[in-house]
Amino acid sequence: MSKFICTPSERDLAKAIYDFEIPAKKPWSRVLHKGQTLRIVDSFGQQAVDTLFYNAANFAERYSANDTLREQGSAYVNTGTKLISSEGRVMALITANTGGFHDTSAGACSCESNTVRFGHQVKYQHACRENFVLEVSKYGMGKRDVVPNINFFMNVPVEPDGKLAIVDGESKPGDYVELVAEMDILCVISNCPQINNPCNGFIPTPVRALIWEAPEA
Amino acid sequence: MTLTQEQRAEIAVNRANYEKLKSAGQGAAPRALPPLTPRDGAALAPEHIVARETIPGGWYWYGKLRKGDTLRLLNADGRSSASVIAWNAHDVSERINHADTVKVQWSASLRKGRVILSDMGKVVFSITQDSSGAHDALVGGSTAPSNTKKYGGDFRNTRDNFILAAAKLGLTRADIPLPITFFAPVETDSEGLFVWNESKRAQNDFVDLRAEQDLLIVISNCPHPLDPSPDYAPGALEMIRYRLPDTVDDFCRTGSAESIRAFQNTKSAARA
Repeated sequence: MSKFICTPSERDLAKAIYDFEIPAKKPWSRVLHKGQTLRIVDSFGQQAVDTLFYNAANFAERYSANDTLREQGSAYVNTGTKLISSEGRVMALITANTGGFHDTSAGACSCESNTVRFGHQVKYQHACRENFVLEVSKYGMGKRDVVPNINFFMNVPVEPDGKLAIVDGESKPGDYVELVAEMDILCVISNCPQINNPCNGFIPTPVRALIWEAPEA
Repeated sequence: MTLTQEQRAEIAVNRANYEKLKSAGQGAAPRALPPLTPRDGAALAPEHIVARETIPGGWYWYGKLRKGDTLRLLNADGRSSASVIAWNAHDVSERINHADTVKVQWSASLRKGRVILSDMGKVVFSITQDSSGAHDALVGGSTAPSNTKKYGGDFRNTRDNFILAAAKLGLTRADIPLPITFFAPVETDSEGLFVWNESKRAQNDFVDLRAEQDLLIVISNCPHPLDPSPDYAPGALEMIRYRLPDTVDDFCRTGSAESIRAFQNTKSAARA
């Protein structure tokens, strides 16, 4: 993995039109209009924020990890990454990032995959795909609409021999990532409840979502 | 954030468990992966063969597989890449999940001895034979724009093939999961860039996918978007469907703690 270069943002917190703390382990969603900027703050550090995007006018068009990785030709999400939809269009652009590389290869945890990964004793633990299904169901969607996502602040190096694992996160308390919407998008977040791997430092914590209007032309 | 003593103790236990699973999953425990199949190995007895089909370059095939059916994909002229998606035939909300597949097996490198998982912690395919070992689980297939960008024209692409095949199976474009592409030697270099290792794609390579549930399946035979060839010239993909009289508890079923648990889940769901 190449060395991470921090790309901070100069945005004025006082000008944010929205500021919300997403509690630990909980889902969140909101429509982001074209030109608006979303900042996700990892308030306590090392907290995976599982995130999906849908075209707000047509939910069948949604975030595609394949298209995003193909277009940028590399495995990690960082400033400059275009988040591409299943229809090949740019949904959002990452414009600032202080929290290390983000993952879009390892997907979201589920009760079912947790049993395979960690053993059947963890079957009845809350998981990201439970959050995702609850949240997207508010918009008339279901499990089949929950596709492989982005994991902000989740550190998943992919090695030349293919080895892939979630390792300790790089994000420190207060680190953030910003993205600007390139179309009207529904953003859906699961503030990851996983306690069996290092994606949340083994203890899930709250994160913060802030939104700014597009700068006036 | 201040942690209590109990929280610190729980974190330490969970971290120790994770490190144990990780070193087993990425090491040689309990068994190392089996060697690749020789290109002239694993010959099929004629009485086990159920059907054959040739998918022309640029085209797709769709169909149903019964649990225990195996599909051999043969890259006859060495220029094909085969993108595969599949659904549980009895509940199409369950479909292959590439992210769970690579995460649970601690590797993006799918090859003989590995399994392909669904979003429900169950096994979709076992990779029972494989002469190639060079397949892509991260980048996916071509699209109309990716072909235009690469070849400067309108060529058949995997995304549209999937849309057409899904429609014929009664499914919509929103039902299309992200694929696994066989005979697509994509590697990730030390910087995280994707590189295509053409030396790992060869004529007459084959891979065998054993269905572990009743499935709907689609295969698209289009050049992979990272295939460096400047010409759009996919070869034909040969497909042989066969069924062995007894399925054995091979490496795919017993080779790792993760695959054993995924097969347990597959079995208990089938009983339910």
